[in-house]
Amino acid sequence: MLKVFLRSLFVVLCLAGLSEPALAVAVDQPLDDPRQEARARAIHKQLRCLVCQNQSIEDSNAALARDLRILVRERITAGDNDEAAIRYIVERYGDWVLLQPPVKAGTALLWIGPVLFLILAIAVMVVWYRRRSSPVAGAIEPLSSEEQDRLKNLLADRDQQ
Amino acid sequence: MSEQIEEQNPQRRWLRLVPLAIALVIGGFLFVGLSLKPKEIPSVLIGKAVPQFDLPAIPGRPKGLKSADLSGEVSLVNVFASWCVSCRAEHPLFMNLQARNIVPVHGLNYKDESTAALNWLRRYGDPYDRIGADLKGRVGIDWGVYGVPETFLVNAEGRIVCKHIGPVRQEDLDEKLLPAVEALRQGGTAQC
Repeated sequence: MLKVFLRSLFVVLCLAGLSEPALAVAVDQPLDDPRQEARARAIHKQLRCLVCQNQSIEDSNAALARDLRILVRERITAGDNDEAAIRYIVERYGDWVLLQPPVKAGTALLWIGPVLFLILAIAVMVVWYRRRSSPVAGAIEPLSSEEQDRLKNLLADRDQQ
Repeated sequence: MSEQIEEQNPQRRWLRLVPLAIALVIGGFLFVGLSLKPKEIPSVLIGKAVPQFDLPAIPGRPKGLKSADLSGEVSLVNVFASWCVSCRAEHPLFMNLQARNIVPVHGLNYKDESTAALNWLRRYGDPYDRIGADLKGRVGIDWGVYGVPETFLVNAEGRIVCKHIGPVRQEDLDEKLLPAVEALRQGGTAQC
């Protein structure tokens, strides 16, 4: 009986260990109002951690990410709407903190680049297939009269055999 | 036979250059991409007035730091902490600047404990004119600080002219920061 109990305790502890990363964020005190907290979380997910650059501040354990999470919560409790709270951070760290860069003159190439490459790829494919299906001029030249004669002789030889 | 045909066909000849062209394009992207420094995020505060702040001194050391202290003369603001290892590497350079009285250096003591900071300054020397103790790191965030050490060059009007990320090396001083200080003092502009 004790054995069963210990075994199940072990399983429970293992599962608790697995779920720890999800709980880690809760260390810096979620807001009391669940709606405000949800907004804060949504903003956290949009902001890049400046220390470990490919994580959002929601996912990062860096001290600065923690400070920024708290700061976003403060802005929201102070009455900022989402846009203003994000702007507050962008004013300090630039567009770079946004995981999704805004569409601007400077980032236009970034946004239309994939479309341009797609168009380029389609154009190359169309040209390629046209070339392949249409007889390429000059690639198959008609036989000269000498070659015609030679071919005739060869065929005649074969027929005689 | 078929090779001969291709050779005679001028339309096909350019196809041989395709691999070379692809290699050049990839090479070009790598050349630019590998020389970028993704760890150095350009500051949005360049050209703007320093953020509004008023920080107390580290207890046991006179002279705190506030926005108004940064106008009137060209100065450097060095963000440092006793827990920051690479701050130790750049520290002798600031000691040297102070000893030779080249340009005033102010400190922003970022998220540090006051006793640890004082001990650190006792041990490695104190080159700073004023030091603001930013215990919570909130002023650091206003300055766009994301890694310590960082060093800002502020002009006489209290505007941020440039930001150096990471420890300052002798060549950074000689080639970037000090020429900029000189240019600003002559009344010119500087970029770095």
